[in-house]
Amino acid sequence: MSRRIVVVTAGLTVPSSTRLLADQLAEATTAQVTARGESADMEFIELREVAGELATFMVTGGIPTPRLTELREQVAAADGMIVVTPVFNGSYSGLFKMFFDALDKDSLAGTPVLIAATAGSARHSLVLDHALRPLFAYLRAVVVPTGIFAATEDFGSHGLSDRITRAAAELAALVLSQGGYGVGGFAPDLAARPRRTSGTKVAADVTPFGDLLRGHAGEA
Amino acid sequence: MQFGIFSVGDVTTDPTDGRTPSEAERISAMTQYALKAEEVGLDVFATGEHHNPPFVVSSPTTHLGFIAAQTEKLLLSTSTTLITTNDPVKIAEDYAFLQHVSGGRVDLMMGRGNTGPVYPWFGKDIRDGIKLAVENYHLLRKLWREPVVNWQGQFRTPLQGYTSTPAPLDGTPPFVWHGSIRSTEIAEQAAYYGDGFFHNHIFWNKEHTEQMVKLYRRRFEHYGHGAADQAYVGLGGQAFMASTEAEAKRVFRPYFDNAPVYGHGPSMEDFTEMTPLTVGTPEQVIERTLGFADYVGDYQRQLFLMDHAGLPTSLALEQIEMLGTEVVPVLRTEFERRRPAHVPSDPPTHASLVAAGPDAPHHLVEPARARAEELAQQAEVTA
Repeated sequence: MSRRIVVVTAGLTVPSSTRLLADQLAEATTAQVTARGESADMEFIELREVAGELATFMVTGGIPTPRLTELREQVAAADGMIVVTPVFNGSYSGLFKMFFDALDKDSLAGTPVLIAATAGSARHSLVLDHALRPLFAYLRAVVVPTGIFAATEDFGSHGLSDRITRAAAELAALVLSQGGYGVGGFAPDLAARPRRTSGTKVAADVTPFGDLLRGHAGEA
Repeated sequence: MQFGIFSVGDVTTDPTDGRTPSEAERISAMTQYALKAEEVGLDVFATGEHHNPPFVVSSPTTHLGFIAAQTEKLLLSTSTTLITTNDPVKIAEDYAFLQHVSGGRVDLMMGRGNTGPVYPWFGKDIRDGIKLAVENYHLLRKLWREPVVNWQGQFRTPLQGYTSTPAPLDGTPPFVWHGSIRSTEIAEQAAYYGDGFFHNHIFWNKEHTEQMVKLYRRRFEHYGHGAADQAYVGLGGQAFMASTEAEAKRVFRPYFDNAPVYGHGPSMEDFTEMTPLTVGTPEQVIERTLGFADYVGDYQRQLFLMDHAGLPTSLALEQIEMLGTEVVPVLRTEFERRRPAHVPSDPPTHASLVAAGPDAPHHLVEPARARAEELAQQAEVTA
């Protein structure tokens, strides 16, 4: 079974060093998944291309454009994610945050995520642990232990590719170990619960109204 | 099929001349729209309810009573009545009173409100929005159907030996719609009671509207009120018309670009593509509107938003005139032509509900209760 890995990249220019890092992470992850006898499909989401649609989504109180609906469904169906943002004023870029603000709050639950950021200087390196990690913790994603921070000077060093390999190996291991919570019936089966939602579909199963009315029918 | 207009009652600056109407002018304009609606043969005028600027529509029964006095046939409705923050006891009284003064020309659409602060202003918590809608509406049903009500719920002070006055006209409560853009619980509520479901339809993509209406229809059948395609569906719609498409776009664009809700967002072309908004000729509006039934099924009520975003009164009146004289007559014929015989053309009216007699399910507080219990038992047996 091939695993779907969605790569979200929030670089603003073309070419972008953020995209360059995203490509390297995707390649390394593919190699690590392949090394374990499985295959991975990398699906790239360039946030720059939907910047206008994200702004529209925000200012219209969440009216989804067809393209955003597709992206939200793509994310909710991913087996793993690689997310890369440039650092602006000590944090992820606004474009990056807008995308995750546009997702359903359950769309990343339990999903392995590799976090990465690019910046001009190593002074921003704590952005991974002060900004990205809390964001994905809130979304109940599983963030891999190694985050990748690349300052401009890192693109001329050997250490970066070692770290990329390590992070990719961690992500691959998490992606491939998903599902299967042991012998059925002995513990609550979390995997059997409704998994993640993209927020783009009306739920097919509804709570019967009798249950909604319970305690509210006012029999004095 | 019923056709009409619905307003949200926003006071918005006209972007073409920078002029903002006073609240008095806006209220007077809305009255004129209602009178124009009757004059050109539309069936329904519905007003929103809001308790915050830039809206003026805080007191729908006052306004609808004033309109009732000046009209003969027009059906007066809301779009929507806040079932969450209003006292259901006051809703029961106010709308029964309006039934009496208007000769039964009243129905209501229930909704939950548009902004968070409205809840605390009225002593409520927005996190209870759905629960409030469930409990308050149930109490409202009882007040309209039981002569003496004893009540203890979670949200309102208890009632002992309370009789709502006046009783509904002819002992027959008004028909109720439940309006919701995306809460499945509200579609379920409408289905449970056999009430109508209204999708505002103007801000969202049709795929979403389709899913919400399908859910309501499926559950309407589930609770034994009839077949899914016989459920009572109402839709919103939005149009701006001129003799040519280019002219309609030229005139409407500044209003679109600065409109509340979607202004400063998508382009008019993108929004037209994504939602039911049609900016063009009456023929284009007809074609688009007929297409709504392709994805929600044959339905019973179509309301159009024609008066927002700062459109001057004269322009809005022209639009209502075109709607009534050029668009709706064709829609009536064409919708009837495609409608299967077993699907009701109109939603229930006061006359049809009175004619159905006092033993009709409409007079029960919980018309689906027996059916729901039976279904729950079946589920237990199979489990």
